[in-house]
Amino acid sequence: MRAVVTVTGTDKRGIIAKVSGFLAERDVNIEDISQTILGDKFAMIMIVDISDSGKKIAELAKECEEMGKSIGMSVRLQHEDIFYAMHNV
Amino acid sequence: MFNKFDVLETIDMIEKEHLDIRTVTMGISLLPCIRETADKTAQAVYDKVCSKAENLVRVAEELSAEYGIPIVNKRVSVTPVSLITAPFAADSARVGLALDKAAKTLGIDFLGGYSALVHKGMSDYEETFLRTIPEVLASTDRLCSSVNVGSSKSGINMDAVRLMGEIVKKTAELTKEEDGKGCAKLVVFCNAVEDNPFMAGAFHGVGEADTVINVGVSGPGVVQHALSFIPEADLTDAAETIKRTAFKITRAGQLIAREAAKRLSARFGIVDLSLAPTPARGDSVAHILEELGLEVVGGHGTTAALAMLNDAVKKGGVMASSRVGGLSGAFIPVSEDIGMIESAEAGKISLDKLEAMTCVCSVGLDMIAIPGDTPATTIAAMIADEAAIGMINNKTTAVRVIPAYGKKVGDQVSFGGLLGRAPVMPVHTGDAGKFIRRGGLIPAPIHSFKN
Repeated sequence: MRAVVTVTGTDKRGIIAKVSGFLAERDVNIEDISQTILGDKFAMIMIVDISDSGKKIAELAKECEEMGKSIGMSVRLQHEDIFYAMHNV
Repeated sequence: MFNKFDVLETIDMIEKEHLDIRTVTMGISLLPCIRETADKTAQAVYDKVCSKAENLVRVAEELSAEYGIPIVNKRVSVTPVSLITAPFAADSARVGLALDKAAKTLGIDFLGGYSALVHKGMSDYEETFLRTIPEVLASTDRLCSSVNVGSSKSGINMDAVRLMGEIVKKTAELTKEEDGKGCAKLVVFCNAVEDNPFMAGAFHGVGEADTVINVGVSGPGVVQHALSFIPEADLTDAAETIKRTAFKITRAGQLIAREAAKRLSARFGIVDLSLAPTPARGDSVAHILEELGLEVVGGHGTTAALAMLNDAVKKGGVMASSRVGGLSGAFIPVSEDIGMIESAEAGKISLDKLEAMTCVCSVGLDMIAIPGDTPATTIAAMIADEAAIGMINNKTTAVRVIPAYGKKVGDQVSFGGLLGRAPVMPVHTGDAGKFIRRGGLIPAPIHSFKN
């Protein structure tokens, strides 16, 4: 099952390392990654596969949210279907 | 496929612009619960509602966490109760109390369907049922009631209209300690729909399957935000932007509706495209109209702006979902929309303008506080006017007014939460008593004869 991880907040060093390490620890595989910096605002989007993690998507979403708080960023993990539904005719 | 800007747009909609699924409502048929006594029927109703909707809140919360979109309300609508209590109508309250208890057991904030359909005629048991409404609303917390008094096909049952004027007034009196809150849970309809997921007017129609999931989407803030990027655009382009935004909002609703129905072993009913405001800032239908260029909602131009908004929302929504239904139009409840509240407090919007607005959107004179000494016949006349608009224009209209007991124009009523607050607005004082007391049926309009 695929999900989308978004990380937004003020740009700082080590965000990608922290987030990708966190996902690797949970056997979440990163399939695609892109990032944008607008002024001092950082936005990173990852497409990930959570099939091997053994965890429910809601559980991972909660862990991501908590990890985000610990690094002062907003980190969300959502089922990819919400984006397909909203942005495809 | 989607790109990174699509993803960030969705995140912004949810986090900054109040995009949410306003309600996941489970419709449940009570027809199999009819027993020989009121008590046995009440028990069967309680058991069925608690069993069918047992996982409603859990599943909605699960979906909210998985898709990262808030689902604000989880609700239940049931078969109009008057249909299952006919042999013991005077004891209908037993079933009402059982439904209120079920809502508390399930952990949902409202349950709709203490209702009757009397648009063409009112039998004795239905009249008896209607007379139980004030007591039932005063003695329950979460139960909502609605009554259909007219339709384009049948005309307007003016005997029921007259009675509902008295019932609204009585409900206000019995709940005066809470600013007439009982009336916030009572809607009088013309052309009521059978699959409406929104309260207080939700009930589960007899033509529906046994258990159905209907979803109401929202997003006035998202529409306003999208319009704020094109301040100089002409109205054709503005309509296009509203349409595109409505498409995205509806898609989110459809996704949740499908998944919820699957997990709850229910049929996927409909997605209701209504723009439903809340008293929170940034979640206002009135502010969309102001974004379009009105200084304040309620002035001249309001009706035209609202007509455009309402139509564009439908066009985007219909493209997005294969199953559209419910009320599907912009809501303009006065107490539940911060823009409407502020306009009403400043005296910039009148009941007459609100009535005009109901000609071009759903649903009607909604959540409006009126002076407590307004005669029942005047309330009935307001209901008749709205029903006439609905009947002639083939649309749903409704009246949910709150006579503020002991209060006069300029005083305020406050319900808290999603029901909000509202200033008491002036009503016309010309007496309609004789017209209302005539009773009878206003015949169906000529254009209803389509067969």
